[in-house]
Amino acid sequence: MNTAIGVTGLRKNFSDHVVLDGIDLHVPAGTVFSLLGPNGAGKTTAVQILSTLITADAGTITVAGHDVATDPDGVRAAIGVTGQFSAVDRLLTGEENLRLMGELYRLPKQECRRRARTLLEQFDLVAAGRKPAATYSGGMTRRLDLAMTLVGEPKVIFLDEPTTGLDPRSRHAMWDIIRELVASGVTVFLTTQYLEEADQLADRIAVLDHGHIVAEGTAAELKRRIPGGHVRLQFTDVRELDTAARILGDPARDLESLTLTVPNDGSRRGLKALLDRLDDASIETEALTVHTPDLDDVFFALTGHPTNQNASVS
Amino acid sequence: MTITDVRPATRKETRPMNGFADSATMLRRNLRHLVRYPTLIIATVAVPVVMLLLFSYLFGNTISAGVGGPAGGFDYIDYLVPGILLMTIASGAVQTAVQIRSDMSEGIVNRFRTMPISRTAVVTGHVLGSVILNVLTVVVVLGVGLALGFRPTAGFVEWVAVAGLTVLISLAITWLAVALGLVAKTVEGASNTPMVLSFFLPFLSTTFIPLSSLPAGIRWFAEYQPYTPIIQTLRGLLIGGPIGHDGWLAVGWGVVLTLGGYLWSKKLFARDPQS
Repeated sequence: MNTAIGVTGLRKNFSDHVVLDGIDLHVPAGTVFSLLGPNGAGKTTAVQILSTLITADAGTITVAGHDVATDPDGVRAAIGVTGQFSAVDRLLTGEENLRLMGELYRLPKQECRRRARTLLEQFDLVAAGRKPAATYSGGMTRRLDLAMTLVGEPKVIFLDEPTTGLDPRSRHAMWDIIRELVASGVTVFLTTQYLEEADQLADRIAVLDHGHIVAEGTAAELKRRIPGGHVRLQFTDVRELDTAARILGDPARDLESLTLTVPNDGSRRGLKALLDRLDDASIETEALTVHTPDLDDVFFALTGHPTNQNASVS
Repeated sequence: MTITDVRPATRKETRPMNGFADSATMLRRNLRHLVRYPTLIIATVAVPVVMLLLFSYLFGNTISAGVGGPAGGFDYIDYLVPGILLMTIASGAVQTAVQIRSDMSEGIVNRFRTMPISRTAVVTGHVLGSVILNVLTVVVVLGVGLALGFRPTAGFVEWVAVAGLTVLISLAITWLAVALGLVAKTVEGASNTPMVLSFFLPFLSTTFIPLSSLPAGIRWFAEYQPYTPIIQTLRGLLIGGPIGHDGWLAVGWGVVLTLGGYLWSKKLFARDPQS
């Protein structure tokens, strides 16, 4: 299979601060690769280097068959970038922004107009097409941003935290758009802070922490390494709690809130087994909440420290 | 929604980069901004027009009476307008620097940097847009001057020379303003530093008063700073009088400052963008 993105030994320092400390990545063409990590892990820096915006201190990087150091223009002709900060001209209308892209790709005038119109339709921006982008909502701006990225028909698309700051509805709309992109055959390199997002979209996920890749694999492979899932059981009195604790192998208990925290993967089968054991012993539970592993659990499991300790790097 | 629609089976070929075409596209972008937000033009014209009114009406009589000799023989408005024209060109510097800075702060320039286009096209587009705006504002201020009684004696050749010098000095000041905009960390910073070009240098020159009437220290500075020979040249061309070596000095400064501003800007723009 063709390699869309190949990275070996990538390093980057900002003054004396190590941001990326020897990264190796391999992204086959036509797949979605997600770089998962908290704020400050180095995700944006990685995207900026792969997309030729800034230069690496060390390492070999090829994107779409071109070396970013020796042939940045070859890379630029093959990629599209949508960052987490809007890269639209806020003084121009949505349509003008799209046509500007077309002109810069030196498409014929007719083609510029046609592509702008098609993209406005596809990204649900027809009504807003003639209004300045400054008047757009966050979700609309992000959609216009991605539409602009697609004018040049990139083979490799970088999406740097494409849904950060969006409301849930816009986030799901963005996910649908990304899925359709992938279906059309492009390679997507996606960074995100959300495990769920990587889980939903990515073929492979690499977890980035303090400039190191601490784990890489499919979503299922990563989740197997995370023991964070559990069920919280709430009781009405201490006796019921004690009985339940005996049956369930003495899990962590909190007497003040009358809750037990029982390790559980949250699957239908796992939950049913737990509930069956409680039913067999005729134990009444007041409430039950399922806690699935999130990024914090991933991080704690993989690095031994919680995510918020990483927030100092930009 | 089907994204496949915009993706024809054959990808466009990578075309050789064309700095001229890219700069022209960027220029169209800047002109569109200008047409849509004409406050820029008004802001740029306002300062020199106010100065023109202030000095010709309020201080005009006093200054020409006080200066007597050198400014005598013709109206003070005739003496004033050529310097105000340079001030008009220079007052565009603030807008240029601010536009560059805010453009750099928006993500759009980072997008341009990751596209297969000429590296400096976005900056060149700004420069060309600013020069066009400068020429327009110079025409407007010249019109106001004429309405106030400015009576140039220039013939065709002189007018062509005035136009040429206007464009050259516009290029010089704009490239410097671009560099000042790129070097500034914030939009506020970008709006302050070009004041040197648009305010201090015009005042510390022969814009309002002849060299001989300036206090000694300022006279020394005014004699050697670039604005003085430029103003003297414009003045000589527009209302007659000797130009002498000021003409070569004006063109020389224009070329040197343009080159310097261009190279400085190019160096600044080639740096990795700050995130």
